[in-house]
Amino acid sequence: MVAESGPLSHLRVDELRRYGEELDAIREEILADRGTRDRRYILRLIGTQRALALGSRLAMLAACAFHPWLALPWASMSAFLVVLGLGTLGLALAKILENMEIGHNILHAQWDWMGDPEVRSDRWEWDHVCPASQWRHSHNVVHHMWTNVMGRDRDVGYGMLRVTERQRWSPFYAIQPLSFLVMMALFEWFIALHDIEVAHVWSGKRSWDEARPLVRDGLRKVGRQVLKDYVLWPVLAGPFFLWVLGANFVANVLRNVWTFIIIFCGHFPAGVHHFAKGSVEGETRGHWYARQMLGSCNIDGGRLFHVMSGNLSHQIEHHLFPDLPSNRYPEIAPRVRTIAARYGIDYNTGSLRRQFGTTVAKVLRFTLPGPVPAAH
Amino acid sequence: MHTAETASPFGLQAARDSRADAIGARPRSTLRGRLVGAADLFAWPLGLSHYLELVNPLWSTHTTWARVVDLIDETADARTLVLRPGRGFGAYRAGQYVPVTVTIDGRRHTRTYSISTAPGRAPGRGGIAITVKHVAGGRVSGHLVRGIRRGAYVELGTPQGEFVLPDAPRPRLLLLTAGSGVTPARAMLQELSARGALADVVHLHWAPRAADVIFARDLASLAAAHPGYRLHVLATCEPPSGVATAGHFSPNLLDARCADWRARDAYACGPRALLEAAEAHWTASGCAQRLRVERFQPVLAPLPADVAGGRACFRRSGVTVETGAGQSLLLAAEAAGLAPAHGCRMGICHTCTVTLRSGRVRDLRDGRVTDEPGARVQICVSAAAGECEVEL
Repeated sequence: MVAESGPLSHLRVDELRRYGEELDAIREEILADRGTRDRRYILRLIGTQRALALGSRLAMLAACAFHPWLALPWASMSAFLVVLGLGTLGLALAKILENMEIGHNILHAQWDWMGDPEVRSDRWEWDHVCPASQWRHSHNVVHHMWTNVMGRDRDVGYGMLRVTERQRWSPFYAIQPLSFLVMMALFEWFIALHDIEVAHVWSGKRSWDEARPLVRDGLRKVGRQVLKDYVLWPVLAGPFFLWVLGANFVANVLRNVWTFIIIFCGHFPAGVHHFAKGSVEGETRGHWYARQMLGSCNIDGGRLFHVMSGNLSHQIEHHLFPDLPSNRYPEIAPRVRTIAARYGIDYNTGSLRRQFGTTVAKVLRFTLPGPVPAAH
Repeated sequence: MHTAETASPFGLQAARDSRADAIGARPRSTLRGRLVGAADLFAWPLGLSHYLELVNPLWSTHTTWARVVDLIDETADARTLVLRPGRGFGAYRAGQYVPVTVTIDGRRHTRTYSISTAPGRAPGRGGIAITVKHVAGGRVSGHLVRGIRRGAYVELGTPQGEFVLPDAPRPRLLLLTAGSGVTPARAMLQELSARGALADVVHLHWAPRAADVIFARDLASLAAAHPGYRLHVLATCEPPSGVATAGHFSPNLLDARCADWRARDAYACGPRALLEAAEAHWTASGCAQRLRVERFQPVLAPLPADVAGGRACFRRSGVTVETGAGQSLLLAAEAAGLAPAHGCRMGICHTCTVTLRSGRVRDLRDGRVTDEPGARVQICVSAAAGECEVEL
């Protein structure tokens, strides 16, 4: 037996080892098969994203030509708002693609195998206020290694929310419905603060000397992002400065809301498992795979949905194989699910509505202290 | 495929610079530079060049693309690629080589090739040409000779190399070339001819058979037009007998074909055997400084199936260690007192990834061997396979 109790208690040690070997075999197969079509996929996506971003920003500027204030023959407030709205939506979509299917996955080194310095984990910088280097630490190292291990994985509630009964209640969590909404709207700023471990610096657990270089890099990145989105592009619009600034702000918020929803569906929906620090000591490969599987949740959807979610809708496959190219997750998902079923390990998947709905329910429920809900 | 042994596959690009830093570091002294710098702020974290590239790859400056505008078959297994380089391709001198990067099965591969035309002399405006011979089993040469089509794009690095003409207005030269080693010599001859300086050049060129001589017609017409250019084509294996005929390089052969070789600036380019023989002879004769050689890229010896461990050179630290079988490069570096950046130590997070300079490494998880210079290596799960040099 692997464990006396818990979600793996029905498995013998050799069964868990075979389970790991079956997953390793999938990984080997995809690694050996990567090639021209994968490169074409990521390069086309990058090209599309860049064209969409530039086109959307130009649309915002073009919209100004419709503003009644200029009194041109084609002036129309509704045309102005429609074109500005399309530009805003386009920019939000471009930022979503850039942050998720492109940036997140490149920073995981999913595309390093191509040997392309332009698409490489240690050289990529993304359209996000968090410097890529800090994200790679807080996400790739801390979160992916210690997925859902209490006291280790800092992504369990992001230090802001109580998402499992294993987190001890404190009065701070009483306001978490509000924290949840604020975090949703301003998600990228919370991520930017994440690797600095602000709370630990505040409490003295982390020294200021240690945090200083991170803060400096962070401020530099923030400066560049703010300059671009809230100064330079709006200035091009001249008298319509505030309109374009507002459009950029809305695009950033839309991106924040979408990424927040997808990412919160990754590890918080009902039925997801958490682990005690002691339970992962001396973890075998099979055990590690099982923890990643039990600690992650997928979202059902179509092809476009998967691309727009950066394939984090295949959070389970992503956590099993964080450096396989994301375009391969959909094709291996059915096989992974079959293996999970064969070994009787939970494979948590559901509609966006189910996954996000149960996440919201948890956030509301864990606002209050009290006994563990009956659901799990 | 001629290269100085120190050539970096990425040219001027430092391996661990982030892309954003590289954009910020562009010279801002000229008006144009300042304008581009301002446009880059709008494009952050990309640069203006990334958007220009979408319209026309040749406008890109962050990557120097070149379009294949013509393909000329020279012999049964050698082909000239006429390239139209984009903006940002630097000036070069006849005889220099250029790193060429192609994508095969989704992976980039960089090799250096001598530029086979003198500046301004390639067919097509402003172009350059490289001439590639298909090496048996060669991935890149095979692709360039057989696979690539007109209209395809390749990446170019910075032209470099010391295998260039002396400054004398009418230099007295001896060219020793064999096989595709003729390519830099061809560029030099074009250059001299264009300058009207092809007045006193002896050229010994070896090839297995007459049909294997790259640029045979070109060289012959140069020889016909310039009495001062004396070309000796030496076949090493004339069919049908297959026995050696004129023979490979030897001191006797040299004396017979070019008695005054000591008085000439000599340039040798070709297989290792030719270069070693020439170097030995020039050194023994006390005039080594008059000989310049251009080497083929070293070929790795075949690898026993189960080798893990061997000599690892950590280039940035200047440390070389013998690693044990199955010992990861990360452990080896730590044992040597280095402290490389790392995270999970299990191949998940890629914090420890570095660039392979040369040699071979084996992935300890699946035994996969990587020998592509410029490849990314996760040192926590990779061991030296024989010998390797990494950016650490």
